[in-house]
Amino acid sequence: MSPIGTVRPPANAVARLTGHFFRSRETGILAALVIVIAVTTIVNPTFLFSPDGFRDLLLTPSILILIAVGQAVVIITRSVDLSVGSVVGLTAYLAGRLFIDVPGIPIIAVFLVAIAAGAVLGLINGLLVAFGKVPALVITLGTMYAYRGVNVLWTGSNRVNSSDMPKVFLDLGTQTVLFIPSLTIIALVVVLATGWYLRNKRGGRELYAIGSDPDAAELYGLNVTRRVLVAFVLSGVLAGLAGILFAARYGTTNSQTGTGLELQAVGAAVIGGVAIFGGSGTVYGAAIGAVLLLTINRALPILGIQDFWQQAVVGALIIGAIVLDRLLALRLSRKLTSEHQVSHD
Amino acid sequence: MTSLDVPPPPAASALSNYGRPLWRRWLLTRESAVIVAVVLVWVVASSVVPYFGTTTTLGFLLLDATPILMIALPMTFVIITGEIDLSVASTLGLSSVLLGVLTKAGTPIALAMIICLVVGLLVGAVNGFLVTIAGLPSLAVTIGTLALFRGVAVGLLGTTAITTFPAFWQNLAQARFGLSGIPVVMVLVVVLAVIFAVVLHFTPFGRGLFALGLSRDTAEFSGVKVNRAKFIAFLLTGIISALAGIYWTLRYGSSRGDNATGLELSVIAAVLLGGVSIFGGKGALHGVIAGVLLIGVLQSALRLANVSSDAINIVIGALLIMSVLSPRLLAWARRLSPSRTRQRK
Repeated sequence: MSPIGTVRPPANAVARLTGHFFRSRETGILAALVIVIAVTTIVNPTFLFSPDGFRDLLLTPSILILIAVGQAVVIITRSVDLSVGSVVGLTAYLAGRLFIDVPGIPIIAVFLVAIAAGAVLGLINGLLVAFGKVPALVITLGTMYAYRGVNVLWTGSNRVNSSDMPKVFLDLGTQTVLFIPSLTIIALVVVLATGWYLRNKRGGRELYAIGSDPDAAELYGLNVTRRVLVAFVLSGVLAGLAGILFAARYGTTNSQTGTGLELQAVGAAVIGGVAIFGGSGTVYGAAIGAVLLLTINRALPILGIQDFWQQAVVGALIIGAIVLDRLLALRLSRKLTSEHQVSHD
Repeated sequence: MTSLDVPPPPAASALSNYGRPLWRRWLLTRESAVIVAVVLVWVVASSVVPYFGTTTTLGFLLLDATPILMIALPMTFVIITGEIDLSVASTLGLSSVLLGVLTKAGTPIALAMIICLVVGLLVGAVNGFLVTIAGLPSLAVTIGTLALFRGVAVGLLGTTAITTFPAFWQNLAQARFGLSGIPVVMVLVVVLAVIFAVVLHFTPFGRGLFALGLSRDTAEFSGVKVNRAKFIAFLLTGIISALAGIYWTLRYGSSRGDNATGLELSVIAAVLLGGVSIFGGKGALHGVIAGVLLIGVLQSALRLANVSSDAINIVIGALLIMSVLSPRLLAWARRLSPSRTRQRK
C-alpha cells in the first residue's frame, strides 16, 4: 500500500513515521485485533492475564502466520497457492515417518528434510505456473488434489502419534522462551525477514512490480519467471516448516492434516490488506490477519457467541476487508485525480 | 437481452477454425477428447473391474455425481464470464440446513424447498452485488462468502443433524427407473442441462457471456449488459446450489452444517477439466458434463477396485494440470510440425 506517496511528507522524521503509521492499512487491522483482545479480556481476564491465556494467544496463530506469509508473497505476484494445506499435511506426516523409520535421527535433520520437501513441492507448482503460462489458481488446485492424494496413498488409515516422536521435539511445539512460545519466535523471525526483504531488496520490489503489471515487468526486463518461481518455492518452504511445526505442536498427523488451511491463509492475507490481484499489501498485514482470524475464533465462545458462528464472522471479516480496501482505493484515485488537475491549472 | 442488436464478434481463433472440414472441427476438440476419455475409462473399467459394468454401479455413480453435475452448469456460465464462484458448496450446505430446520419446525416440505431456493437466489444476489455493483474481485468475494454462508449453516445447526424427512421425497431422491439403474433425478439433471446448454450456446444472452469473457470492453460496446449478465450468472449458481442442497439432504437423509464441504473445488476441477478456460470466453457445456462424468467414472471404478477413494485425488489433480497444459503442449507440437515441412521444401 503506498498512499504515502501522494501526501506531502511532514517535515520531521517522527511526524512522518507516525503519519505513516496512522494511514497504513495494517494499522486498521491491528486496531481491530487490539479491540478484540481488549473486549475479550474485559469479559474474561484470563484470556490475556494468565500464563496459559497469554501463551495461547501467541501460540495458536503461529503456524497459520507462516503459511499466510508465504501466501501473501505469492498473491503479491498476482498468483495464488491453493496447495499449501496439502503441503502442510505431507510434510507433517513426513516428519513423523522420519522419526519412526530412522530411529535416533537428529531433529535438525528432520527439519531440513521437511523444509526441503516443501521447497520441492513449491518448485513443482512454480515450474508448472511459470512454464505452462496457466493461472496459478488452476495449477495449485490440481497440485492440491495431487499432493493430498499422495498423502492419502502413503498414510492410508495410519497416523503418527505423539508416542512415535521424541519428547524434545514435541516440547518444541509448546515450550516458551521468556514467556514467548518458541513457535511464535520462529514465526516472528520469518515475518520480519520476509517483510524486510520485500520492502528493501531489489528482488522484493520486483515481486510487487510483477504483481502490479506482469507485462510491464516483462517489458522492463525483469526476470518474471525466476521471481515467480522463487515466490512459489518460498511458499512451499514455509508450508514445509509449518508442517513439521504442526507435528511438533499437535503431536499427531494423519492423511487429512492441514485440510482447508489454504483458504484460511488466503483469507488471512486478504484481511491483512494484500490485494488479491497482486502488487500491494505486506506480509505484516497478512500475519496480523492470521492472528486476528484465530484470535476471533477463540474469543467468540468467551463473548457468549456459540463457537459454531466462528466461520460466519470470519467470512464477514473477509468481505468487510475487501470492501474497505475498495473504498480506500477509490478515495486514493479521487485524490490523485484532483491533485493532477490542480497541478495542471 | 433484447437490446443486443449486433451479435458479438466471434473470437479470431474461432474464425480460423472454419477453414477446416466439419468433421475435424467437431471431432478434434477438447470436448471430444474428454468424451472419448470417459468412454475409454468406462470400457476399460467394465472389463477389468469386477461389478463395474452393473446397473447398480451406474445408479450409484449417477446419484453421487448429481450435485456436481447440477452446480457445474451455472459454474460454467460464471467461469466463461471470467469470474469464479467458490461459495457454491457453502450455499449447498446452507440450503441443506434450512431444509432440515424448516421441516423440523413443521413447515410443509414443498414450502421449505421453495424457501431454500429463494434463499439460494438471495445468496447469489449477495455475490452478484459484491462482484458487479461494488466491483470487487470474485475470487476474494467468494472466499469470503464461502466462509460466511458455511458459517451461517454451521451456526444454525451446530454439530447436530436433522434426519427425519418425508419418506416419499427421500425415496424419490434415490429412486431408479425400473431395472435400468438410472436414477429418477436424472430427469431433472437432463432438463437443466438442456436448458443451460440452449441458453449458453443458442441465445444472445449466452453468446454475450462468451463475448464478455473474451473482452469485457468489446462486449460492453457491442451492447452486452456486462453487469447484468454477470449478476444473472451468480444468481444461477446460487439457486442451483440451493437445489443441489435439497437433493443432497434428501439423498443422504441428513441435514448437516458441514454437508458437501470442499465440493466447490471438485466442481471447478470438473468444469476446467471439461475444457472451459479459466480466463473466460471459452468452453462448451457438453465438455463440462463429460468432465464431471470422467471424474465420477474414475472415482467409482477405483472404489470398486478397492483403491482408497481419496487416492483418486492424484488422478483428478494430474488430469486437471494436464488438461490446462495440453493446449500449450499441442501448440508446441503444431509449431514444430509446419517448420519441419517447410524445411523439407
